[in-house]
Amino acid sequence: MNDALLVTFVKALALCVVLLGAFAYMTVIERKLLGRMQHRYGPNRVGPFGLMQPIADAIKSIFKEDIVVSASDRFVYFLAPFISIVFALSAFGAIPAGPAGSLFGFNPWIVDLDIGLLYVFAATSIGVYGIFLAGWSSNSKYSLLGGLRSSAQMISYELGLGLSALTIILIAGTLNLREIVDFGVWSLSPLLWLPLAVSFVTYVISSVAEVNRTPFDLPEAEQEIVAGYLTEYSSIKWALFQMAEYVNMMTAAAFISTLFLGGWRGPEALNALVPGVAEWPFIWLLLKMAIFMFLFIWLRATLPRFRYDQLMRFGWIWLFEIALFSALVTGAIIAFAL
Amino acid sequence: MSVLDIAKGMGVTLSHLFKKPVTVSYPEQKVDIKARFRGRHHLLRHPNGLEKCIGCSLCAAACPAYCIYVEAAENDPANPTSPGERYAKIYEINMLRCIFCGFCEEACPTGAVVLGHEFELADFKYKDFTYGKDDMLVGTVGSKWQRREADRLEKPVELGFKAGQRVELEGVDY
Repeated sequence: MNDALLVTFVKALALCVVLLGAFAYMTVIERKLLGRMQHRYGPNRVGPFGLMQPIADAIKSIFKEDIVVSASDRFVYFLAPFISIVFALSAFGAIPAGPAGSLFGFNPWIVDLDIGLLYVFAATSIGVYGIFLAGWSSNSKYSLLGGLRSSAQMISYELGLGLSALTIILIAGTLNLREIVDFGVWSLSPLLWLPLAVSFVTYVISSVAEVNRTPFDLPEAEQEIVAGYLTEYSSIKWALFQMAEYVNMMTAAAFISTLFLGGWRGPEALNALVPGVAEWPFIWLLLKMAIFMFLFIWLRATLPRFRYDQLMRFGWIWLFEIALFSALVTGAIIAFAL
Repeated sequence: MSVLDIAKGMGVTLSHLFKKPVTVSYPEQKVDIKARFRGRHHLLRHPNGLEKCIGCSLCAAACPAYCIYVEAAENDPANPTSPGERYAKIYEINMLRCIFCGFCEEACPTGAVVLGHEFELADFKYKDFTYGKDDMLVGTVGSKWQRREADRLEKPVELGFKAGQRVELEGVDY
């Protein structure tokens, strides 16, 4: 077997394990943080500080009865969770986590794609199919409504997402994520700081909608449509959707950091204190991801859910226009002022 | 919902993140019960040791759940159980039917039956929920199950709460 292929395979496997482990502990961290924000303790029964909770949850999920709806479209019903989780996991592969050769002599990314940015967008978009097909194949009105909302929502917010990222593409002039990080989008010109900041905000908001988190969690609005596309899923298939949701969150967090906040690079000023600290792999990306994960949880603890028409109006009338305008301004500045 | 409102809300949740949880980790931590909490009934005694209950059955009449059964008997004049003519030979409350409304306490002319603070009444068998005089007279601490468990472990009964004193609960010491 080809050595490069083997290395890629091992790295991909390691990334999957890390992402799923991170998913398991994100659930605990999220429940703890939500609990503390609501004056509760959160899970603290299993193990010290509830740290064994994900293991208990995993065992429970696996051994629960797996109910298959008899009226469902069997094949699609089984396929949907796998589409969700596979594309959630594969989207992360293109994101660089450090300088070349910093992972024991290997590169800390799975693939170095020239179209890395498009690849991440594409992979996360295919994840919508998992949710949509789950809603459709369950043959239940709640699931169908959830799936419908989800696809409509994600398609609307992908526009804001893409147009906000267009600012980055215009500035960096490349779709390669590694080169975008090396380019340093904030360093080109102070004139671009305003459109960049606007794009950053619209991108973060769109990301929250893209990963189905509060206040944009309409696809699984418990009060109106039970759990949306998850209604007819139980046992490990349900857990796979949850995994996909959290992995999508982590991908979104890493992707925001990579596009707007210099990815794996730390602040250069710290190099004066500890030489080379800004070049350390993983740490800075993880730190930036942690900030955004906290933001997602924090938003969930604070905001109520949007109504469906409010959500669509916000997406199409505000986010889309603002992102478009910011991209246009960026283009104009690059074309005429630089 | 303006951006300012959202920011304000986010500030509130963030500030609450650093506050102490209000959860009482119940079995490990004792619940702080208010003095007028209505839990298991106590049958009280006068300071001279005589039972306050005179077996009038007014509590049973007042009970909306029909969970009280009283059977009265004449006092032995030489060795009375209660200061009146009669006393309660049998006094039973079915804790499964009781709704802890406290009407029995209001109806009682002598202040004999008073709802205390004990709430840990869970048990395994129906018959163990019928509390007799032995289970409710002053000096008996804990539910039937708690006392059985304490006997088995040879430890004193440990109640899962702390409560303020209530004057009606004469002679009951938590």
